[in-house]
Amino acid sequence: MEDLYREVILDHYKNPRGHGVIEDADASAEGMNPLCGDEVAIYIAFDDDGETIDEVKFSGRGCAISQASTSMLMEMVQGKTADEVGGMSKDELLDEIGIPNMSPIRIKCALLGLGVLKVALHRAKGTPLPEEWAGLDEEFQVR
Amino acid sequence: MEAQPRLDAQKLRADFPILAQEINGKPLAYLDSAVTSQKPRQVLDAMTNFYETAYANVHRGVYSLAERATEGFEGAREKVARFVNAPSSRELIFTRNATEGLNLVAYAWGLNNLGPGDLVVVSELEHHSNFVPWQYIAKRTGAGFRMIPLTEGGELDLDALEGIASEGRVKVVATNYVSNALGTINPVDRLASWAHERDAIMVVDAAQAAPHLAIDVQAIGCDFLAFSAHKMCGPSGVGALWGRRELLEKMEPFNLGGHMIRKVQFEETTWGDLPHKFEAGTSPIAEAVGFGAAVDYLNSVGLEAIEQYEHELVAYALERIQEIPGIVLYGPAPERRAGIVSFNIEGVHPHDVAQVLDWEGVAIRAGHHCCQPLMHRLGVAATNRASFYLYTLPEEIDRLAEGLLRVRKVFG
Repeated sequence: MEDLYREVILDHYKNPRGHGVIEDADASAEGMNPLCGDEVAIYIAFDDDGETIDEVKFSGRGCAISQASTSMLMEMVQGKTADEVGGMSKDELLDEIGIPNMSPIRIKCALLGLGVLKVALHRAKGTPLPEEWAGLDEEFQVR
Repeated sequence: MEAQPRLDAQKLRADFPILAQEINGKPLAYLDSAVTSQKPRQVLDAMTNFYETAYANVHRGVYSLAERATEGFEGAREKVARFVNAPSSRELIFTRNATEGLNLVAYAWGLNNLGPGDLVVVSELEHHSNFVPWQYIAKRTGAGFRMIPLTEGGELDLDALEGIASEGRVKVVATNYVSNALGTINPVDRLASWAHERDAIMVVDAAQAAPHLAIDVQAIGCDFLAFSAHKMCGPSGVGALWGRRELLEKMEPFNLGGHMIRKVQFEETTWGDLPHKFEAGTSPIAEAVGFGAAVDYLNSVGLEAIEQYEHELVAYALERIQEIPGIVLYGPAPERRAGIVSFNIEGVHPHDVAQVLDWEGVAIRAGHHCCQPLMHRLGVAATNRASFYLYTLPEEIDRLAEGLLRVRKVFG
């Protein structure tokens, strides 16, 4: 149970990676978890190929789980292509966060960043959200 | 006033089977009674007994069992009406909860009595249940919508009233008696006088007051007062709205259908007498009986004793919590509030606080408490809220304080 706040989570929460804003981002979106009031905005700049994520940053506030998981996500997607991230499953991120038996409420906190990132990429590419994420943009009130 | 015997929480706990369990290997410390209270055996038994011996639909059958059910249901109405010192039990309408009672007033009174130039006045402390319906009905009728602001101390700023009144015809003043987020006890009697000086009606959301202090609608001088059984040791699914008879009689119905009619013809339907006019469909019958049993239970403990005990708990909790480094407390002095303590720990989101406390078996609320305008005023997204009731022990507050120190350690 106490795995929830193990060292790596707290480290990402206190020292978030990729924290900030990219002016003139190629893709961006912001969303919130209405239940907790967690907020995350994500900014992406592509490489010259227009596919590879050259730089990715986030800003936001909220619980340790939402902010730490978004910080971990920043490290995971750096250098990946939009397609690769588009195909990333919820479980991939949850495995990386590594908290077993997280309650459904906290899983929503953990997935906020990935949801916002997916919406940002699919919007930039003009492709629909995959089945697993359908409706997520509404759920997280993504703008 | 004759002193009531002191409340013995340790003894009362024996009435609440749910409290005798462990959560995450620790005894449950249920510090979330403001959102809903736990239920004593007496209430559970009354409902089971009613289902086992007296259940039928009410006001319908000619058979003996239906009569017995009606007696149980109407007996509960008598008890609940007396609980708020209503002049007549015919003025006491059973609803689903306080929210439905407030919607009833907003729709059935508001739609026909509000228009452009009129003002509906709520407060910055409102629960969404006494905020959103009025905001909506004001918009629909073209009436203005205003908030009584809060002082720094977390109390209603009554000095702002005259300014508000200068902006239009005040027709409704709607506030809570006790704030669910801060515990503030509001001067609803003074607001009622102020409303009546302007020929406005005074609507009181007593959902958070009814569990904790003796309510007298005649002394308050309000026009409507709504509350829920589930916050006061009764079951969920039933609440009550008391309304002044002359207003209720003039009002259009809210829900339409069976039971609320006098005569139905193709051309026209006429409405039944009070309170039936406002009780369309089958009521929560056994729940109403449980509501009556909850009132009996609270009366047997004594509302003054409950209020006194909660003040002691709140004073103790504030003292203990104040010691925690980085704590930010919200709300007024202990003698000005019911058993509610709202706080934040700097740098730690309330959900993380509540999560760590859960490891210790301590259940508190973390969120906006259905008070987003208040959260906005406080400049926070959410707060932590610990709330106490007649079964809360000082030891549980100690465990809360120790849990908060652990939060500091985890996130330090």
